[in-house]
Amino acid sequence: MTAPILEATRIVAGYEPGLPIVRGASIAAKAGEITAILGPNGAGKSTLIKAIAGLVLVSSGKITLADADITETPAHQHIRQGLAFVPQTENVFAGMSVEENLKIAVHILPKAARADRLEKTFALFPDLARQRQLLAGRLSGGQRQMLAAARALVVEPRVLMLDEPSAGLSPKFVASVFAKLVEIRQIGVAIVLVEQNVRAALAIADRAYVLVEGENRHEGTARDLANDPNVAALYFGAHTERAA
Amino acid sequence: MNLQFVADGLAMGAMIGLGAIGLTLTYSILRFANFVHGEFIAWGAYTGLVVANGLIVLSPKSGSFGPFSFGWALLIGLFAAMLCGVALALLVDKFAFKQLRMQSNTIVLVIASFGLSLALRSLLEFFVTSQPAYYSRDIQMAVPLGLGVRVTPDQLLVLALAAGLLVVVHVILTRTHAGRAMRAFSENPLLAEVAGIDGAAVVRMTWALGGALAAASGVMLGITVQIRPTMGFDMLLPLFAAAILGGIGSVPGAVMGGLIIGLAEAGGVQLFGGSYRAAVAFLILIAVLLVRPNGLFGRRP
Repeated sequence: MTAPILEATRIVAGYEPGLPIVRGASIAAKAGEITAILGPNGAGKSTLIKAIAGLVLVSSGKITLADADITETPAHQHIRQGLAFVPQTENVFAGMSVEENLKIAVHILPKAARADRLEKTFALFPDLARQRQLLAGRLSGGQRQMLAAARALVVEPRVLMLDEPSAGLSPKFVASVFAKLVEIRQIGVAIVLVEQNVRAALAIADRAYVLVEGENRHEGTARDLANDPNVAALYFGAHTERAA
Repeated sequence: MNLQFVADGLAMGAMIGLGAIGLTLTYSILRFANFVHGEFIAWGAYTGLVVANGLIVLSPKSGSFGPFSFGWALLIGLFAAMLCGVALALLVDKFAFKQLRMQSNTIVLVIASFGLSLALRSLLEFFVTSQPAYYSRDIQMAVPLGLGVRVTPDQLLVLALAAGLLVVVHVILTRTHAGRAMRAFSENPLLAEVAGIDGAAVVRMTWALGGALAAASGVMLGITVQIRPTMGFDMLLPLFAAAILGGIGSVPGAVMGGLIIGLAEAGGVQLFGGSYRAAVAFLILIAVLLVRPNGLFGRRP
């Protein structure tokens, strides 16, 4: 059994000192798997993923990436260590072209490798390759999510974390974004996905964690959680009853 | 109406535009109105004066060339002034604003910058007195360009220098990683951090670029007008007007805003007299903001 590449253990984190939103939650993610973090509004899902990304103050707990402790690592260093994060909103530089968005990110790689990585990423996202010079602000919602993912993937991270990639997208775009995540999983990247769209997330995830009030309430394989009537009834209401 | 105002306005507008670039970058990346920016202009102008005069003493032939009132000595002085602008800007950030940014809100930063501006101006005045100084006291003959427009060779060279610096800034911001990082951080600091951009490095680059351009603008102002310890403070209103008119955060906007303010001031002087110079520029600023509240090139917040 493979060991998790990313582990966040007993994380306490929040935006104000003394007012934690995440209260001891733990997750682990393995290479080549999609790990979903689910739960009702206010459960602390987004805060947990931002804390792992270094954007929210962690007051206690430990975060390791391939056994290296990154709890205190500044946010801008994470991508160099192989941990990429795609925020929920404003996740592209709207005033810059599609190509510039990727060039910003790929710069952390050695000069000789940059052009090759850029072309490989465009090959993975052919829709973006056709619009290299277009301002990112003029892309559709789905294309923006693709560009945000491409910006994170261009440096070949070991872990890709996404905060609600389906937010604000039409069902058609949600399907294409999630299909792309499945494709990315196949190249061995560990994907951590925070989602409100429980049905869509459980359909592609391998494992899932359900947070409530900043703590782990349920965890297991996506299939088990999707079929667990307690989970469905308690946290997802009608969303997953049919899926289950 | 005599077209002379176009030549005078473009020369002044280019200097305002250069100064406003640093102001608009500081405003959009550090999120506060930086009054110290004016002092980079004055300190730059005096550094140019000290270095140029020193070189002229060592080599009198470096004092002027061709039809210009200045020579290699002042061009080296310009380079030294830009270095002084960089150093002063980085020192100001390191010892004053770095801590304040982490601990205080915008109002505190603005008031601190106002106080520091006063202190730096007084210090400069202590060293150089309040008497005006000049790079050269030679009187230049203006060259007729046609349509009643006359310009001095100095004005033409200043315009060319300003245009050259603007091209350099454009290349830095659009073709280099440092420039892209500054634009990215200005647009979205959190996303820039997760994309691997070191925010502290971007802040240092912003201060350095702004300081260098402000100091260059100070030397150019000294060449075409005169040098005084208050010259930077006097430029602050046109600089802010240019940055706001162009749209906060937009470098092309700052340049365009500078040229519009420069032309408006020169036109205002010709039509209504020198007393209404600033009033005309600000009436245009108000009129443009009524139509485009975010400025000519500004993004919606």
